[in-house]
Amino acid sequence: MARAWKLHDNVNTDEIIPGRYNMTTDRASLARHCLCEVRPDFPAGVKPGDIIVGGRNFGCGSSREHAPIAIQTCGVVAVVAPSFARIFYRNAVNIGLPLLVCPESERIEEGDEIEVDIAAGTVSNRTRNEIYNVEPLPAFIGRIAEAGGILEFIKTYGWEGVGA
Amino acid sequence: MGTLAEEIFSRRVGRQVRAGEIVVAPVDYVMSHDNTTPIAIESFKKLGMPIWDPERVIIVFDHMIPAPTRQAAQQHRDIRDFMAENGLTTLLTDGICHQVLVEKGYIVPGGLVVGADSHSCTYGALGCFGTGMGSTDVAVIYATGKSWFRVPETMRISLHGHLQPGVYAKDACLALARTLDVDGATYMAMEFGGEAVDGMDISERMTLSNMSIEMGAKAGLVEPDERTLAYVAPRARDPFEPVYPVDPTYAREVELDVSLLEPQVSCPNEVSNVVGVTEVQGTPLDQVFIGTCTNGRLDDMAIAAGVLEGKTVNPNTRLIVTPASRDVYAEAARLGYLQTFMEAGAQVNTPGCGPCIGRHQGVLTAGERALTTQNRNFKGRMGDPTSELFLGSPATAAASAIAGHIADPRQFV
Ligand code: SF4
Repeated sequence: MARAWKLHDNVNTDEIIPGRYNMTTDRASLARHCLCEVRPDFPAGVKPGDIIVGGRNFGCGSSREHAPIAIQTCGVVAVVAPSFARIFYRNAVNIGLPLLVCPESERIEEGDEIEVDIAAGTVSNRTRNEIYNVEPLPAFIGRIAEAGGILEFIKTYGWEGVGA
Repeated sequence: MGTLAEEIFSRRVGRQVRAGEIVVAPVDYVMSHDNTTPIAIESFKKLGMPIWDPERVIIVFDHMIPAPTRQAAQQHRDIRDFMAENGLTTLLTDGICHQVLVEKGYIVPGGLVVGADSHSCTYGALGCFGTGMGSTDVAVIYATGKSWFRVPETMRISLHGHLQPGVYAKDACLALARTLDVDGATYMAMEFGGEAVDGMDISERMTLSNMSIEMGAKAGLVEPDERTLAYVAPRARDPFEPVYPVDPTYAREVELDVSLLEPQVSCPNEVSNVVGVTEVQGTPLDQVFIGTCTNGRLDDMAIAAGVLEGKTVNPNTRLIVTPASRDVYAEAARLGYLQTFMEAGAQVNTPGCGPCIGRHQGVLTAGERALTTQNRNFKGRMGDPTSELFLGSPATAAASAIAGHIADPRQFV
């Protein structure tokens, strides 16, 4: 069971980790500043297992991988949103942060108790007693996710593993 | 048969591909900068493979140069050490990554270049498929020279008519952002064409391509023409053969007549929040910034200098000018533009990203308001989260610096 942190549409990577705080690769420091300006209560309040629920186009803007790393290091187990920006989507898959495309996620409210079942492709809202479906990952992306990220995928299969 | 994007990928992989297919394709070059290289190095080390081709991995120092903090200086040091250990020799410190890659001939029509920076879509201005990825994707390219791509659907953007004096490619681009919203082209390639684009020089086309990511696009392409070839021929580092669309099928077509367009301003905090300059003129400004990969080139300097010639910056505001590259800086000095800026009371910075990401050389404090020629006005982008950013053309920026508030540049041109 996890707490939902509800965010707005078009959350950009500057908001997830502002430019002033990403001149480092130190994971702990990135986590400390994750969402610090748009949700000042987030860095101290987030608990391992929590879930971020974004609006549409989550993760737009800069290509900084610091953004999904900061979210992952905070202990967030998944980001749920109706749609994701392209580079953020790749970055998250590459480092093994699950992203769930869920058109109905707008029904989730701040603080709701929710649970995600990645294998089953569902998000359960315990507070509202509702279950929402998640769009399945495209097959190839699913294979990268299954491998645990792009580095593991390449080490195990190489590009020949893509079959493209 | 296909769009420019489909044709570029088809040639890369040696068979006809269609939008929606996943392909693994070799790139010409891979670029990362001082902000995205450190994580790429970590991922590259985890991969445990050698560098694919030391000649084709380009590192640029631009996001924090000259180093504003010890931490930044240490990151530069670490990157230099990594380069030495791995036989990498291409370290460019001449300006903003996108500008120098184009100037130095790494970008050619029909090419495929990936950069660890979202504005790598700028390369589309030369008919090269340029796209941004994150550090780990780029680390895989360091090692293999390849990446996977979903061949994108294409949105054809036709800009008809001719821009009025005082109205520029930047204004057309902002008008487009209002039409498409910030995710209107997500996962797609934009392909720009039409009379207005035919009439634009390479620098203006780079402004269009640069901002395609602000509408979510993966690439912002312009079909190569005489101007493209004239620009590229003397600089190209590799032999090249341009690629053109062949009987393309577009997922969407958008037409915009730019003839009646007035100067546009994007208001805080979303790029698509665009109005005509007359709606916001008079808004007081603490800072004006002219520069970046969007509008820091020689023509931008010329336009701004034209407006500022013999004028002074309003005492209630401050004007910062940062040429996009050393070449732009040198030419702007030779042509007297820098002199004009300094005499007007501007601060002229060394080439680089400068205040665009709110780290140094012009950070805003709480509640301050700035007008900038950059590409995004996200909350807190240039400093404090309560500061506000307006986006406009270099002419609008220069006119506003003189007025001390947002001003219509047409009175000066
Ligand atoms: S000038 Fe701004 S937008 Fe362009 S590469 Fe630098 S930080 Fe990014």
